[in-house]
Amino acid sequence: MRNFRIWRGDASSGALEDYQVEVNEGEVVLDVLHRLQATQTPDLACRWNCKAGKCGSCSVEINGMPKLACMTRMSTFTADETITVTPLRTFPVIRDLVTDVSYNYVKAREMPAFSPPPDLAPGEYRMQQVDVERSQEFRKCIECFLCQNVCHVVRDHEENKLAFAGPRLFIRAAELDMHPLDARTDRKEHTRDRQGVGYCNITKCCTEVCPEHIKITDNAIIPMKERVVDRRYDPLVWLGRKIFRRDQVEQQAAAEDTTPAPASPETVTHRASPGQVNWAQEIQVPPAPAVGPDGRFAMSEVLIDRAGAPSPFGDDVTFPVDPEQLRYLHPRTDED
Amino acid sequence: MSIQRHQYDVVVIGAGGAGLRAAIEARLAGAKTAVISKSLFGKAHTVMAEGGAAAAMGNVNPGDSWQVHFRDTMRGGKFLNDVRMAELHAKESPERVWELEIYGALFDRTKDGRISQRNFGGHEYPRLAHVGDRTGLEMIRTLQQKIVSLQQEDRAATGEYESRLRVFDETTVTELLLEDGKVAGAFGYDRESGEFLLFEAPAVVLATGGIGRSFKVTSNSWEYTGDGHALALRAGGKLINMEFIQFHPTGMVWPPSVKGILVTESVRGDGGVLKNTEGQRFMFDYVPDVFRAYYADTPEEADRWYDDPDNNRRPPELLPRDEVARAINAEVKAGRGTKAGGVLLDIASRRSAEFIQRKLPSMYHQFKELADVDITAQPMEVGPTCHYVMGGVEVDADTGAATGAVEGLFAAGEVSGGMHGSNRLGGNSLSDLLVFGKRAGEHAAAYATALPSRPRPSQADVTTAEEAALAPLARGDGENPYALQQELQDVMQSLVGIIRRRGELEDSLQRLAELRERVDKVGATGGRRYNPGWHLALDLRNMLVVSECTARAALEREESRGGHTREDFPDMKPEWRRVTLVCSLAGADEVRLAQQPVTPMRPELAGLFERDELAKYYTPEELSSATADLG
Repeated sequence: MRNFRIWRGDASSGALEDYQVEVNEGEVVLDVLHRLQATQTPDLACRWNCKAGKCGSCSVEINGMPKLACMTRMSTFTADETITVTPLRTFPVIRDLVTDVSYNYVKAREMPAFSPPPDLAPGEYRMQQVDVERSQEFRKCIECFLCQNVCHVVRDHEENKLAFAGPRLFIRAAELDMHPLDARTDRKEHTRDRQGVGYCNITKCCTEVCPEHIKITDNAIIPMKERVVDRRYDPLVWLGRKIFRRDQVEQQAAAEDTTPAPASPETVTHRASPGQVNWAQEIQVPPAPAVGPDGRFAMSEVLIDRAGAPSPFGDDVTFPVDPEQLRYLHPRTDED
Repeated sequence: MSIQRHQYDVVVIGAGGAGLRAAIEARLAGAKTAVISKSLFGKAHTVMAEGGAAAAMGNVNPGDSWQVHFRDTMRGGKFLNDVRMAELHAKESPERVWELEIYGALFDRTKDGRISQRNFGGHEYPRLAHVGDRTGLEMIRTLQQKIVSLQQEDRAATGEYESRLRVFDETTVTELLLEDGKVAGAFGYDRESGEFLLFEAPAVVLATGGIGRSFKVTSNSWEYTGDGHALALRAGGKLINMEFIQFHPTGMVWPPSVKGILVTESVRGDGGVLKNTEGQRFMFDYVPDVFRAYYADTPEEADRWYDDPDNNRRPPELLPRDEVARAINAEVKAGRGTKAGGVLLDIASRRSAEFIQRKLPSMYHQFKELADVDITAQPMEVGPTCHYVMGGVEVDADTGAATGAVEGLFAAGEVSGGMHGSNRLGGNSLSDLLVFGKRAGEHAAAYATALPSRPRPSQADVTTAEEAALAPLARGDGENPYALQQELQDVMQSLVGIIRRRGELEDSLQRLAELRERVDKVGATGGRRYNPGWHLALDLRNMLVVSECTARAALEREESRGGHTREDFPDMKPEWRRVTLVCSLAGADEVRLAQQPVTPMRPELAGLFERDELAKYYTPEELSSATADLG
C-alpha cells in the first residue's frame, strides 16, 4: 500500500485528498490512478490514451514536477514516499487532474501553415535526409504541453498568454523555417512579431521536461532568436532604419531572403578513395563575416555599446551566476 | 440543462487518420463539416502506428506496382478481402501518401531525395513510407495541421476559423438519429461540461476505430469501445467479418507498465529474431505450406536476406501477423515461454547499439523510460496483444456508404470491414485510412448536397437518447462500470481470444447474456462534468453488443483463417472462403447472424495470381470457373 495525495476539485474550489492504494512491481503512476478509479473513486478525472508515452494526454504534475503519468515509474520513488499528483498549473482546471489546454490550440491556429512550393506536384518533392532531419526532430513533439506548462513566461503570468505562443509553437515555427521546401520567407518575422519569442530568456526549463528529448531551446528557440537578431538588431540595418525610410528597409529585407548571402559557409565533401580511410565526410569551411547590402562589412563594433555579440542568456546576466540561484540539482550516484 | 444544437452537412465521428482525412475531403468538397473527437484533437490512436504507410510508389524497388501490392494484400487476408477495396487501396495509396507531403509531412528520404520505403511483414517489396518508427504521429499531426490550415483559409474568407470546419474535441456520440431510414443527426455529450449536443446532419461518417478495449491485453486506448460498430448496428447497418481480430504478435508482456504495448514489426524487419526460453529461433518450424516458397528454410539464408533481398528468401519472422502470433502462442503453450507468458525478441545480440538507436529510436526510448528495459542490451519479452479488428461496418467499396437499412451513413478506417479480409498486413492500415477516408468524405459531401430535403431528428428520439445517457447517473448504487468492464475483458480474452473452441464460445455467449442484464443496471457516482465512470458506463453497452457479434461469428465459422483460429477446426477450408458472416440487429439489442456469399474476383485480377496459388484457397469448381474466365 502506498500513500497518494491527489488534487480533487474543479474551477470553483478543490483540495488535496489522501488515498491508500495497492502498487505492484513494474507499474507507473497512471496504473495506480487507474486502480484508484476502478476501486475507490470511479469519477476521478484524468486524461490518458496510449499509455505508452506517445500521445501526450496524461500530463500532470507529480511531486511538483511536470510529467507524463504513463512514463513515471513507481520504482523511482522510495517506499515510504507520499506521491502528490496535481493538475498542470499553467492551465485552468476543469476537474481534478484535467485542465483546459485550449490555449495551445488557439496558438497553433495562429501559426501560418506549411506553404507548399507552387511549382511542385504531388510525388515530385525531393529532399535530402540530412535536410529533413532538423525539422523531423521538432515533429517528434507529442503535444503533451509540459513545455508550455513549465514555461515561466506564462506559468504564473496569465497576462502574457495573449502575446506569447510558448515553446511548443516555437519549435513549430523552427520546423517550418527549416523545412527544405516551405515557400514562406517570413517565419522569423512571425516568430518575433506574433509569437513573442523575445519574452523567452532561455532558462531551458522546456527542454528539461520534454519527454521526447527535443532540444527545444538549443535547436529551435536560440536559432530562431539568432535569425531574428540577424535581421532586426543588425546595427547596420538599425543605422539604415535611422537614415532611410522604413519601407525601403523592408524591401531590402525581402531581397535578402531571395538572394543567397555571398559569404555563406560552404561545404566541401571529401570522397574516400579505395583503401583509404575516410576520416571525415564533411569539413565545414569557417564562415566569413557577413556583408551588408552595400557589399561592405558591418560596423557593429563601432556602433554597439559593448564588445562582442549580445549574450544569448540576456545582457543583464553576469557570470559566474550565484549557485544559490541555479535551478540545478546535482545528480546522486549509487555511492550516496 | 438545455441541449446545444448544431447544423452541419457532414458530421465525422472520430478524429483519427480516417476521420481527419474524411473531414478534409468533405470540407474541400464544400460541405460544412464537423469532426467529433472522443479525446483531445490529435491524440487519436493513429499516433501509435509505428511501421509506416504501405504504398506501391516503387521508390526503393522499382519492381513494385499496385498489382503486386494488391496481390500481397489478398494473400495476407487469405483471399477473403473485399476485392474491389483491395484494388482501390493498392491503386490509390501512392497518391494519398504524396498528398501528405503537400500538407507538410516529412517522411524519411531515399538517397535520391524521394520518400524512403521499408520492408514489412507480408509485403514483397520495401513499401512502407515511414518516419523512423513514429509514422502514425507524423500522419495525425500532418492531417491535424492541414485542418488548421483549412480553418485559416476559412477565416480569411469569412472572418471565422470555424465557419466551415469545426473540431468538437472531448465529445462522444451515443446515438445516431434517423428519419425513415435516413440519417438525420447524432446525439452526444461534451466530456468537459457534461452537456448534451445534438448535431443535425444528413450525412455521418463513422471513423471510430476498433474494439480493442473489450480485450484484457490490448494496445488500444480507452476510446476503442466499438462505438462506431454499435452505432451502425443500431442505425440499421451491418457488420461483416467480426470474427477476425488481429492479435499483434509482439506486444510487451512484462513489465506491467508496458503490458500490451506494441513492439513494431520493424524490429524484426531490421534484424530482430524470436527465440524461446531454450534459445531456439523457432519461427522456421511454423512456416505454413502456402508461404513456404517465399520464406527462408535456414537461418543462413534468412540472415543474408537483410542485405541481399533479391537473391534470398525472407526470414520467417516476417510472416504475416496471424502466423507469428499463433507460433508464439504455440511455443508458450508447449512450455517454452517466459514466466509472464511470452517469448524473447532479440535484436540486441544481432545488431549494434548504435544501429538500434538510429533505426528504432522511439522503441529504444519507450522501453528505456517506461520499463527501464534497454533493448540494445537485452531481449524483449513479447506475446500476442489485441491490436486490430478486421471486421466492421459493411460498406460499398467505392463510396464508403454503409449497406443495410440506412442511408446517409458512411464508414472508413478500422471501423469499416472487408478491406483486409481475415488478416491485415502491417502498413496497410495507415494507407487504408487515407484512401477510404478520402472516399468516404467525398461521397458523404456529395450525398448531403444531392439530397432534395433534409431529414429531421424527432424530438422523441432526442428525449430517448437523453434519458438513456442520464440513466447510469440516476443509479448511484448500481453496478461498478470498471468491474463490469473487467469481467467483459476476461470473457473475451479467455473464451474468444486467439485460440477458440466451440464449448468456450458457447460459454462466452452465455456469459455475455448475463453481463448484458448487469450492464442494464450499471451505475455512476459523481456529476456530469468530466466523469470517467459515467462515460465508461455508457460505453459498456457498445462493447457488449460488438463482443457478442464477434463471439457469434467465431462460433459459426468452422475453420481457421487469418485472425480466427479454431482449435477444433485447425485447417483453412475453401468452402468457408466463399462465405462472409454478417451481423445485424433485430429489435433493440438482439444480434442476428447471416451468411452471405463473397463477390468473386474479376478475371483480370484473378490473372495476377498463379493457378497453383489460387488452388490453395479456392474450391475446385471455383477454380475451374476462375481459370476458365482467364481463357
